[in-house]
Amino acid sequence: MSELDFLDRIDLASVSEHPHRLAALDAFRAAGFPTRRDEAWHFTDLKARMRDFDWAQKGDQAVLALPDLSWAGVVLRDGIWDAASSRPAPFMSRLVRDEVVRAGSTALVALNAALGQDGVEMVLRDGEEGGTVMMVAQAGASAQPITPRYRVVLGAQATLTIIEVAQGSGAYVHDPVWDITLGPGARLDHYRLQDESVQSVHIATVFVAMGEAAHYNGFTLAVGASLARSEFHVALNGARGDVHLNAAQLLTGRQHGDVTTVIAHKAPLGASRQTVKSVIDGAARGVFQGRIEVDRIAQKTDGYQMNQALLLSPEAEIDSKPELEIFADDVKCSHGATIGALDPEQIFYLRSRGIAEADARALLIRAFLTEALEPIGESMARPLFEAAIEGWWRRAAL
Amino acid sequence: MAAITETRETIDRLAESGYQYGFETAIDMDFAPKGLNEDIVRLISAKKQEPEWLLEWRLKAYRAWLTMADPAWARIVHPRIDYQDLHYYAAPRAPAPKSLDEVDPALLEMYEKLGIPLNERASLAGVAVDAVFDSVSVATTFRDSLAKVGVIFCSISEAVREHPELVRKYLGSVVPAGDNYYAALNSAVFSDGSFVYIPQGVRCPMELSTYFRINARNTGQFERTLIIAEAGASVSYLEGCTAPMRDENQLHAAVVELVAHDEASIKYSTVQNWYPGDADGKGGIYNFVTKRGACRGAKSKISWTQVETGSAITWKYPSCILQGEGSSGSFYSVALTNHRQQADTGTKMIHLAPNTTSTIVSKGISAGHSNNTYRGLVRIMPKARHARNFTQCDSLLIGDQCGAHTVPYIECRNQSAKVEHEATTSKIADDQLFYCRSRGLSEEDSVGLLVNGFCREVLKELPMEFAVEAQKLLAVSLEGSVG
Repeated sequence: MSELDFLDRIDLASVSEHPHRLAALDAFRAAGFPTRRDEAWHFTDLKARMRDFDWAQKGDQAVLALPDLSWAGVVLRDGIWDAASSRPAPFMSRLVRDEVVRAGSTALVALNAALGQDGVEMVLRDGEEGGTVMMVAQAGASAQPITPRYRVVLGAQATLTIIEVAQGSGAYVHDPVWDITLGPGARLDHYRLQDESVQSVHIATVFVAMGEAAHYNGFTLAVGASLARSEFHVALNGARGDVHLNAAQLLTGRQHGDVTTVIAHKAPLGASRQTVKSVIDGAARGVFQGRIEVDRIAQKTDGYQMNQALLLSPEAEIDSKPELEIFADDVKCSHGATIGALDPEQIFYLRSRGIAEADARALLIRAFLTEALEPIGESMARPLFEAAIEGWWRRAAL
Repeated sequence: MAAITETRETIDRLAESGYQYGFETAIDMDFAPKGLNEDIVRLISAKKQEPEWLLEWRLKAYRAWLTMADPAWARIVHPRIDYQDLHYYAAPRAPAPKSLDEVDPALLEMYEKLGIPLNERASLAGVAVDAVFDSVSVATTFRDSLAKVGVIFCSISEAVREHPELVRKYLGSVVPAGDNYYAALNSAVFSDGSFVYIPQGVRCPMELSTYFRINARNTGQFERTLIIAEAGASVSYLEGCTAPMRDENQLHAAVVELVAHDEASIKYSTVQNWYPGDADGKGGIYNFVTKRGACRGAKSKISWTQVETGSAITWKYPSCILQGEGSSGSFYSVALTNHRQQADTGTKMIHLAPNTTSTIVSKGISAGHSNNTYRGLVRIMPKARHARNFTQCDSLLIGDQCGAHTVPYIECRNQSAKVEHEATTSKIADDQLFYCRSRGLSEEDSVGLLVNGFCREVLKELPMEFAVEAQKLLAVSLEGSVG
C-alpha cells in the first residue's frame, strides 16, 4: 500500500479543467509527503503516518454540534461551503480556486492547490472594521484530503477577528491553507481551535504577509488529530510590524502534535513575540520548531520566543528546535526552552491546602497554559477555548 | 555608532597586518602519490608497519566512505573538494628521532618561532608536548616522568606498536569507522596523532599538550587522538594549532575519541588558530572534525573547552555520550569569525543513564562578512531519569554584513528530566560602551573589554597556560585592544 493511493480516487477530469491545478498535482507527486529527511520536518514523519492511514474509517457527522454561531460565519463540510449552516458576513465570499504553486511551496500547499475544493475570501477595505467572524471546518466523510483555502485581505487600518474551528469524526486528512495579507496599520486577531477527530491528520499552513505597522495576533489551541501540524510563515514586510503568535498543544494517547513557525523580519523596527506551550501525556509526542529570521535591513528588531513543555507521563516525548538566523547587528533576539515535569513541591503545597491530587495537577497545568492564552484576552472567544481545554482534561483523565 | 565603526577599522587594520604565524618551513617531504584508493590505504598502513587488523579496519572504513555523501546540512558553503587531488601521506624523511638532539634543526626553529616549550623550557612550563609535524610525531618529552606513574603518552602509531591491545580495544569504539563522511575518511587514512592512557586511580601529574600545525602543500592532515582514563583517573589535555599561510584551501579531518571509566575525568581544551584565509576569503583551512567522548563509567566527567578563531570553515561538534549513571558532560565554546570565515559548530549531549547532567555554554562572535552558527543537540533517552541539561548560547554581532545563527535540537523522552535552553543575539550595548568611555577607556579598549567579558564564562574554563594564548588569539582575530 502506498501513501499516494488516494490520488487514484481523484477526479482528474475536474482537475484538468483548471490550468494551474494539474501543475500543482505534478508538484505534489514530485515532492510526495514529507519525511524526517526534510529538515523542515525533522521530527514529524508524515509519509510514514500516511502509509498506514485507513481512509475507510468513517465518522458520523450528524453527532457533531456546531459551535455557537452568534457571530457571522461560514461552515465548510468536507471542504464544501454549507449554505444551510452558514451566515456569511458581507465581506465573506466564495473563493475561486486556481492558485499558482510557486517554486519552494511545500508539498502540502501544492496538494491543497491541486485538489481545489471550496475556499473563503474575506476582503476588508481601508479602515473597515470587520468585527468577529467564525470559520468552521467540519469533516468526516471524505476519501480524499480536504483542502480548503482561505484568503484574507485587510486594507489599511482595517480590523478583523477570525475564530477558526476545525472538527470532525472518523479518519480524514485536513489540509487547510491560509493566505493572509495585512495592509498598513491593519490588525488581525486569529484564534484557531484544532479539535479534529483522533483518527484524523491535520496539517494547516498559514501564510501572513504584513505591511507597515500591521499587527497579527494569533493563538492556536491544538487538542485533536492523530497527527497534527500547524505551520506558520509570517513575513514582516513593512517597518514596525508587530506579531504575537502563541500556541498551546495538549496531547495524550499516541497523538503527535507539531507547531512550526517561521517569523521573517524583513523590515526595520519589527517586533515578534511567541509563546508555545505543550502538555504531553500518555505516549504522545510533541514537536516545536520555531525560527526567527532577521534580514540585514531589519535593524532594531525585537524578537522573543519561548517554548515550554510539561511531560506528564514516562512515555511522553518532546522535541524542540528553536532557531535564530540573524543578519542584522542592531537587534535584540532571544529564545528560551524549558522541559520538565510538574513540580512535586507545588503539588504538595496544594495538597497540604486540602486540594485533591487530580485537582492540584489540573490547576497547575491550567496555570502553565495561561501565558500562551494571552492573545485571546478576555474576548468572547475565550469560553470556546476554555471548553476545549476542559474537554481534553476529561479525555486524558488526569 | 562611532565605536563600531572604529572596531571595524581596527579589524580592517588587523586584516592588513596579516597572519603572524604565516611562514613555511622547507623540509624534505616524503609524499605518497596524489589521490585516494585502496592502494594508498595499504601504503599508509605498510609505511607505518601496522598489524593486519588495523589495515582491515582502515579498508573497511574506506569502503564505507565510498558509499557515503558529504554532509549538506551545515550552514557552510565551499567548492566541491576533489579528494583525488590530495596527498594522503607526508612525513619528514629522516627516521623518527630518539631524542631532541636528533630532531631536524629547521623544525626546532619553527617550533621556536611558535613558542612551543619543546626543550628544557618545557620543564619550567610544566607541559609535556607531543608535537605533530604534519603526519608523524617527531618528539615527545616528559615520557619518562609520565611513565613513572604509568601514564602512556605517545603518538598513536607508536601505541599501535607498543600497546596494540589497548588501541584495538578502544580505537573506533566511540567514533565508529563509518560514523560520518569525514570520520570514515579519517579512519581510512589517519596519519598520526596522540594516544593517552591514564591507569586506574592516577591523576596525571601534568597537563598534556599536543601542538601541531599543517605544513607542506596539498597534504590533508588526518589526526587521530585517543584518550582513555581508567577508573578514578583524571587528565587535562591541551590542543592548540597554527598553520602557515598559503593560498589553497586545505582539508583537515581529525577524529578525537575520549573514554572515561568510573569516576574518571577528562578535560580537553582546544585553541584553534589555523589560517583563516585572507580578507577576501581566499585560502584557509577546512576544519571538519569529529570529536566525541564516552562517559562509560558511573560519575565520570568529560569537559570540552574550545576557542575557535581560525580556519576558513569550521565543522565541529565535540560531543558527550553519557552512558554511566551520574556522569556529566560539559561544553564551553568561543567561536569567533571574521572576514569570510564560516563556522558551524556546537555539541551533542546524549543522555542515556539516570542522573546524568550536561552544561553547554556557547559564545559566538561574528564580524566582517562571516557566518557563525551554533548547532547543538540535547537528547534525553527514556532511561535517563532525572537527567539535567542547561544550555546557554549567546551571539554577538560586530558590523551589519555578518550573520549569527542558533540551531539547537532538543529531544526529551523522560518525564523526570529537566532541560533548559536560552539564547540571545545582540550587538555590544551602547550603554556599556558609554560607561567604559566615561571611565576614560578608548573606544577600542572598551570594545575589547566588553568582548572579553562576553567570553569570560568560557575563557575561565581554560587551563591557565591556555587562557593567555586564547586571549591573544581573540586579539589577533578581532582587534589590538582585546586582552
